[in-house]
Amino acid sequence: MSTSRLTHLRQLEAESIHIFREVVAEFEKPVMLYSIGKDSAVLLHLARKAFYPSPVPFPLLHVDTTWKFREMIHFRDTIVKDYGLELLVHINPEGVKQGIGPFTHGSALHTDVMKTEALKQALDQYKFDAAFGGARRDEEASRAKERVFSFRNEAHRWDPKNQRPELWNLYNGRVRKGESIRAFPLSNWTELDIWQYIYMEDIPIVPLYFAAERPVVEREGMLIMVDDERMPLEDGETPMMKSVRFRTLGCYPLTGAIESTASTLPEIIQEMLVARTSERQGRLIDKDQAGSMEKKKQEGYF
Amino acid sequence: MTARAPLSAVFCDKRKFIVADTPGHEQYTRNMVTGASTADLAVILIDARKGVLIQTMRHSYLVSLLGIKKVVLAVNKMDLVDYSEEVFEKIRSDYLKFAEQLNFEEITAIPVSALKGDNMIGASEAMPWYKGPSVLEHLESVEIGTEDLSRPFRMPVQWVNRPNLDFRGFSGTIASGTIRVGDAIVEPASGQSSKVARIVTFDGDLEEAFKGQAVTLTLEDEIDISRGDILCATQDRPATADQFEAKIDWMSSNPMLPSRTYLLKLGTGTTAARISNLKYTVNVNTMEQMASKKLELNEIGVCNLSLDKAISIAPYAENPGPGSLILIDRFTNATEAAGMIEFALRRAENIHWQSVDIHKEARAEQKGQKASVLWFTGLSGSGKSTIANLVEKKLHALNKHTYLLDGDNVRHGLNKDLGFTDADRVENIRRVGETSKLMVDAGLITLVSFISPFRSERQMARGLLEEGEFLEVFVDTPLEICEARDIKGLYKKARAGEIKNFTGISSDYERPENAEIVIDGGRTSSEDAADQIIATLEMRGFI
Repeated sequence: MSTSRLTHLRQLEAESIHIFREVVAEFEKPVMLYSIGKDSAVLLHLARKAFYPSPVPFPLLHVDTTWKFREMIHFRDTIVKDYGLELLVHINPEGVKQGIGPFTHGSALHTDVMKTEALKQALDQYKFDAAFGGARRDEEASRAKERVFSFRNEAHRWDPKNQRPELWNLYNGRVRKGESIRAFPLSNWTELDIWQYIYMEDIPIVPLYFAAERPVVEREGMLIMVDDERMPLEDGETPMMKSVRFRTLGCYPLTGAIESTASTLPEIIQEMLVARTSERQGRLIDKDQAGSMEKKKQEGYF
Repeated sequence: MTARAPLSAVFCDKRKFIVADTPGHEQYTRNMVTGASTADLAVILIDARKGVLIQTMRHSYLVSLLGIKKVVLAVNKMDLVDYSEEVFEKIRSDYLKFAEQLNFEEITAIPVSALKGDNMIGASEAMPWYKGPSVLEHLESVEIGTEDLSRPFRMPVQWVNRPNLDFRGFSGTIASGTIRVGDAIVEPASGQSSKVARIVTFDGDLEEAFKGQAVTLTLEDEIDISRGDILCATQDRPATADQFEAKIDWMSSNPMLPSRTYLLKLGTGTTAARISNLKYTVNVNTMEQMASKKLELNEIGVCNLSLDKAISIAPYAENPGPGSLILIDRFTNATEAAGMIEFALRRAENIHWQSVDIHKEARAEQKGQKASVLWFTGLSGSGKSTIANLVEKKLHALNKHTYLLDGDNVRHGLNKDLGFTDADRVENIRRVGETSKLMVDAGLITLVSFISPFRSERQMARGLLEEGEFLEVFVDTPLEICEARDIKGLYKKARAGEIKNFTGISSDYERPENAEIVIDGGRTSSEDAADQIIATLEMRGFI
């Protein structure tokens, strides 16, 4: 008997496809939240695989805060055209009317009005009962508790203390009218998996992920790219050209770049492996004092 | 050992691990079961100072219940017992002895100190007596998941892929085995079969696919397959059953109610199901079997399940894909339980399917009785209604829940459109039979007092009810006595020809041949007759 087994990336891929198909089979009106970033790129790629040769059987929803990098919007429109996808763009009209923006209202209010509120508006407007998202459990502690099928009540609220247990690959897709789920096909992926998969599958991503000379200013320890003329420069502040890239993409005024020369996927993966190693070592301090102290010194922490 | 790397980074070199860290207390049984459901291997931690504890046994039982075959017994804190080989060996042999009753294939005991790093990544200098692998060495090399490929091919159909009229594919994840182009497949529930024409993926067609792959199969013949069906190897097909025994882990704070209907999801199909019998619960600490009437949060019970249609199943131990299920509450939609199938029950052992949530037995049980119909038949004036009325009074005094359907009263309402022709008499009885059936369904002891002169109609009423629910009470009072009593003056009118079709005078009364209870109405007082009936109800277990 053959003992060929799937690599872990192929296992993750198959699991994600399974989740996509379960949602489409069990829900009346699914949608995919498309944020244009690398996770969305992988999510979209998996959706195309899941239903091939049928086209992707649900629309993409981009909640546009109007502050995304210009390159992101360009990339989004190219992808949608190339793949023949249905794209819905929702901008919170209330927010626009009140001129909400990160520079004038601060990041918290901006995010709340233009992202969170806008998303709820769009879900209510189109009456979607399932929304695919690209969240991964490794991203942060609160996401580690998320289910693959994450139940939301009529008010889109999540109750982390009262979640449906998920066993094997048996997902419970039962909702009443007005209730919905967020489905997370990338739950078990790590950031490294995402990059390795992008490399393996040659998935197009926004060029901002690759290092290039870009105009940036330094604010509160973050390198912010001057993406358009709406960026108010403070006295004596002049953009400088630096070789930078982005690990995540969001609204340009809120997204810090990192200095890097990694301009290819293998270089990005290499850079991340080094970063991951140091991250993990930091966590190990308590448990393994002698060993990690030595290591920290080697890496010049002090 | 100077180049000591963090575990997670080293893990990435040879294998990727997803760790489900599950807490140990009993109230986290469901978390443990959930984590174990997708695990290939379990690491059970033992404190070297404490040895095999109740907690160790519980974890081991749950891990074995979920079908995990390979276990690492990490005997931790060896530094606190002076790295004693004797302590380790004692714990190891204690555990092996205990684990004989579980279905593990491989138990690897490793003495470690997680704090000091002994035997975590490489060999421990403090324990030269230990010659086995470190935890990491073992995890990187242990063989897992290979048995899945030798199992027969199973693929639950998730989605029918139909981009245009020329393409009809069945998308799904292969649950077990392998499939090649040209292989014969069958859908066991319907018996439809065909051969695999193509194995379609986004990255091109495949010649062969195996367990774990998400594919789309097209078939040589047009057969009617939809979501919830399962494609199987023709030469090795699964059992189909609508009754089976399963181990159920109850995960909800609402206890399992026997005979309540839940939704059962198995593979990609969802079916209505109820637990027809809770045979016993298992104490997760001691594995002892205990009798119980309900299943509470974190309890594990062995149950019979009854479905509203036959589906393809497999014992969980043979094939976890078609052997695992969840139960969903039909109203809250919450996932209430997880189940692992033991075996199918033969049809002869079937219990009738009921599609309602609160079932007749449940209603009757709540009332402390068994629902039934006492069907009083006999001539007009035989004393039927008097006796029935007395019986109801006595039952009421016993706190039983009853309803009395009296012939005359029903004719004033429900049946006032009916006369006394034979056709109307039949319809009269049919309506009363149906009404009494509803009463029985409501869990009531129902008393029906009707002349009901025709054997076939009484038989019809009997046929509406389940075996044993219908008790015919023949109040056998001679015509002369009835006519002499003539309480309502009806016999007189009938004799005078004023009433047509009067039973006993101008219409026949067919005497019951096999009545459960016969009352000698000419000699027995109503009081004694009622007592006789109550005694019969007691004897037959209705009250």
